[in-house]
Amino acid sequence: MIGIEHYLVVSSILFVMGMLGIFLNRKNVIIILMAIELILLAVNINLVAFSVFLGDLTGQIFAMFVLTVAAGEAAIGLAILVIYFRGRGTIAVDDVNRMKG
Amino acid sequence: MIQLVSFYIFASIVIASAAMVIFARNPVHSVLWLIVAFFNAAGLMILIGAEFIAMLLVIVYVGAVAVLFLFVVMMLDIDFAELRAGFVKNVPLGLLLAVVLAAELVLGIGAYQAGAVTLGTPEAGAATVSASVPNIEAIGGLLYSKYVFMFETAGLILLVAMVGAIVLTHRKSHGTRGQSISSQVQRRPEDATRNVNQPVGQGIEL
Repeated sequence: MIGIEHYLVVSSILFVMGMLGIFLNRKNVIIILMAIELILLAVNINLVAFSVFLGDLTGQIFAMFVLTVAAGEAAIGLAILVIYFRGRGTIAVDDVNRMKG
Repeated sequence: MIQLVSFYIFASIVIASAAMVIFARNPVHSVLWLIVAFFNAAGLMILIGAEFIAMLLVIVYVGAVAVLFLFVVMMLDIDFAELRAGFVKNVPLGLLLAVVLAAELVLGIGAYQAGAVTLGTPEAGAATVSASVPNIEAIGGLLYSKYVFMFETAGLILLVAMVGAIVLTHRKSHGTRGQSISSQVQRRPEDATRNVNQPVGQGIEL
């Protein structure tokens, strides 16, 4: 039978993948945003797995709220990306230090 | 048995497509692999009976977020080869951190499996899962009663995100004749209309 460990292992691998994606594509904001989505997906899998195996629905409600925040974050992040691209003509983020005092 | 087989299929596809998301050369391919990952994560959630979250994943992530990513990736004219320049340089540190983090997480799960940690039990009055009530009905009942204020707050967060995205990206376009709402609202009926008793047989005055 499937136990909670199966789901925990999948979500930890997914989480590590997202983190690795942020490290590897340090210049490309689009991939970084996608890696953040992967991390949030791992969090959601964790929440749902615990909710089901504990028999408590609250985890699934919170997974929904995490989903809401992820959607808002993607919208705002991509909007910032679009205006950044308009101003600079590139999306390389390793030289985003204009706001440095 | 069939459950276990489908779990391994879904899990391996999720992990493989997550790897493709971060290793793909073309960001459009990354977005498409992200969609595959979301679909298979939805499958994983259906497998343990969380149908509502599975549907939400497909509708919200695939239908909205991934399509938004696709729009932005295709709209911006970016030289992606240049952005991959530091890729190889970052591999050792990234892999090291990933391996350390994965080892720590697996260690934690192994400690649970060895029996050192036990799952808690839901406290009294918690929203327990019952076999007779469907998942969606149970979530709806909980969402509109106990968590109704958080639900409203989630809606507010989405509203703020929408307004923020519009404010950030909206450009005033020159050369077009826009609507001036304040002058429209300030206009009174007596300034704009006239009541005349028009005699028969005369032309009207414009």
